[in-house]
Amino acid sequence: MNETTTRFGSRALALVAAAALAILAAGATAQAASQVGTGGVAAHGTTLTVYSGRDERFVKPILDQFTQRTGIRLQVRYGDSAALAATLIEEGSRSPADVFIAQDAGALGAVAGRGRLAVLPQRTLQRVAPRFRAPGKRWVGVSGRARVVAYNTESLRAVELPSSIWGYTHPRWKGKIGLPPTNASFQAFVSAMRMRVGNDRTRDWLLALKANDVKFFPNNSGVLQAIARREVEVGFVNHYYLYQLKESTPSAPVANHFLTGPDPGALINVAGAGVVSSSKRKAASVRLIDFLLGKDAQRFFSRSPGRAEYPLAAGVRPRTGLPALSRIEGARVNLGALGVRLPSTLQLLNEVGYTR
Amino acid sequence: MSRPAARGRASLLLTAPALLTAGAVLLPLAYLVVRSATAGRDAWGVLDAATGRLVLDTLLLVAIVVAVAAAVGVPLAWLVTRTDLPGRRVWAVAFALPLVIPSYVAALALLGALGPRGFLQEILGRAFGVERLPEIYGLPGSVLALTLSTYPYVYLLVAAALRDLDPALEEAARGLGRGGWHVFRSVTLPALRPSIAAGGLLVGLYVLSDFGVVSLMQYPALTRAIYLSYNALFDRDPAVVLGLVLVALTALVLVAESRFRRSARYHRTTASSARRAARVELGRWRWPAVGACSALLAVFLLLPVSVLVYWTWQAVPLGRPIDVAWRAAFNSALAAALAAAVAVAAALPVVYLAHHRPAWWTRLLERACFTANALPGIVVALSLVFFGARYGGVAYQTLALLVFAYVVRFLPQALAASGAALQTVNPRYEEAARGLGRGPLTTLALVTAPLVRSGLLAGAALVFLSALKELPATLLLRPIGFDTLATEIWQATAFADFSAAAPSALLLIAVSAPYVYLLVGRHGRLGGPSAG
Repeated sequence: MNETTTRFGSRALALVAAAALAILAAGATAQAASQVGTGGVAAHGTTLTVYSGRDERFVKPILDQFTQRTGIRLQVRYGDSAALAATLIEEGSRSPADVFIAQDAGALGAVAGRGRLAVLPQRTLQRVAPRFRAPGKRWVGVSGRARVVAYNTESLRAVELPSSIWGYTHPRWKGKIGLPPTNASFQAFVSAMRMRVGNDRTRDWLLALKANDVKFFPNNSGVLQAIARREVEVGFVNHYYLYQLKESTPSAPVANHFLTGPDPGALINVAGAGVVSSSKRKAASVRLIDFLLGKDAQRFFSRSPGRAEYPLAAGVRPRTGLPALSRIEGARVNLGALGVRLPSTLQLLNEVGYTR
Repeated sequence: MSRPAARGRASLLLTAPALLTAGAVLLPLAYLVVRSATAGRDAWGVLDAATGRLVLDTLLLVAIVVAVAAAVGVPLAWLVTRTDLPGRRVWAVAFALPLVIPSYVAALALLGALGPRGFLQEILGRAFGVERLPEIYGLPGSVLALTLSTYPYVYLLVAAALRDLDPALEEAARGLGRGGWHVFRSVTLPALRPSIAAGGLLVGLYVLSDFGVVSLMQYPALTRAIYLSYNALFDRDPAVVLGLVLVALTALVLVAESRFRRSARYHRTTASSARRAARVELGRWRWPAVGACSALLAVFLLLPVSVLVYWTWQAVPLGRPIDVAWRAAFNSALAAALAAAVAVAAALPVVYLAHHRPAWWTRLLERACFTANALPGIVVALSLVFFGARYGGVAYQTLALLVFAYVVRFLPQALAASGAALQTVNPRYEEAARGLGRGPLTTLALVTAPLVRSGLLAGAALVFLSALKELPATLLLRPIGFDTLATEIWQATAFADFSAAAPSALLLIAVSAPYVYLLVGRHGRLGGPSAG
């Protein structure tokens, strides 16, 4: 019996090894085949490599449309905006990427700050308002998102909500507020608040919220989920996540409350795009960005099912029910300037115990 | 029981691949050193009192999870390998499966079940008016989710060791009239020390590197600070410094591991290498044991799986199709299987040198291979982006580089598994083979490898399961369009679309089950005397 088991053991091992080798060979062949494939495509038309920090379901349909219209093929690497930005910086001039589409202005600013984005043509830049594009002309906002107070519609009516972000330090909200302290858009919001009311008042507000037993979540969706199941009653998030939640769970008892006017709780942030400076296909890359600012793409971002971002170009109007961009004063904060403040904002959030 | 003496010089045929392996695994560390050299002076300012507290909190979490994982993993391994536990072959596979649940999915599912306003509270609330459950956020939830994801390391390695362990020692002790418990405590347990230590090491390194659980459970661990710093983008230097702190903590864990392991050096003395120990009859403990196994499995596998099934089922009334990502499942299995094969092959020369050619440099080589393992995935991924884009040529962002990345991240698992197994092999067999004129590689392949097959297979299983769920490196280094189950789950959870994430997570478990069966269950059945 000893012998049998030993022999079985080595046989099993040999089998596993043989299987692995076979898979390796198959993999290598497939790899070679796919490379030949892309090579063939490149011979016929241009292929752009896109790094997208935006979720596949938010951009793929419109990217497919671009290929249909122009014949320019796209190879898209989806990932986290910050991780892709770091990747572009580490790759340096050897990056295979042509276009970077990011979820927030901070990621674009970081890549541009390392000289990894090319200057965009004036014609492209002029399609959006100055406050939604980089001061250095290296990226442009494609769609906007407003900071809102999301609330549970079963436990609250809209009229019960404070009209200002300052109101949430009241004991009435003790243990009932959720926010995502590590999320880039929350941090941009804190940066904007510091620019508007100063460091000290911002710190006091953060500390007062903390004393009010605010609950932390890893991201915007986490906050919305917690509101839906009444773990908290209100949360500070981006407005468009609600539409995504309603798409998957139509009965979720959550609604958005917009802060308007000069309140520091009101802010518009953008998702945007830029052309990678080492790209050898800059003209085609600019064409893609122009397409993202065109009517079809802008409509797609703002009005297709489950999507409700603010259109920033081509005269497209936002989804009904959203307050006009001009009513959200926070928009006047320059987004290019927000990124520079991020390190000191992080320091503040560390100090007050939000991120540690 | 004899200590292997340092014999002869290590053959170049073994040294060269071992050095190559160590070089590859140390790339992330090299990246940190390069980056820290260019980091501004301010970056070192991150080493303040608050970071000190983070380090203590992190070590506390590591210590607790290692202890709990060992307390769960060792008895389970013994039950499925050494006793007449009813249905032990099924248990043997089932207990390894939680390893494949990505820890962020496990944490999500646990929150969904046990969190405030979760399923359990809903049920208890309706029945007994329970308004609040004990707090799950922080330490309790982190320990529960991380134990779920890591106890299989201890379990798989200890089970492999029990299979390979020479039964003569236990038989002798029993022959001397010792009772079952006494034999276990004084003979079996000490002989298991290398494998418990190796499993505990993997658990510790995993906890150090994990980000998913601590971010969802809001536990202040070092990795959280590293991710925050990376996300800040404008100033990533603190992340590099914190990464070096993690490497220092890894050294601490490695020292603790070798301290724990040092006291035991057991290997077979007779040629009974493939002989199996007699099964322990549980007698009246039979059903309590089944009860305990069921309870553990209910928490570690059934609970997360049923939450996933519930989320999947939620999509049905919405009339949405339940997408089954077959293509992604195939991609995942392909990349993970390649990684497992390469990792085991790469690990063998390293452990062989460390254990059978003991010299200061062979040990150092083996230990060094662990140092980068506690780094969070994003750091390892970016280091390979850094080197890959510069020196990878056409291999950059291909399947080959992705498999390479998996091997770099998970080689220590193959090392720990085969190393623990190798410690139980008497070097005299190999000496005999060499004496008969066999070369070092032939001896390694024909004599050593079969003797430690359980350890090698366990190592392959560990690497396979870890690679299946790997996310950060997969996102950055995969060929464009190469979707895996982990990337599918990531995409769905980004929008809290759990009903879309759940089928992929279930598929992940389904894909790994047959592989685990092949490596653990089937082997166990054929080897057991009750089946032979």
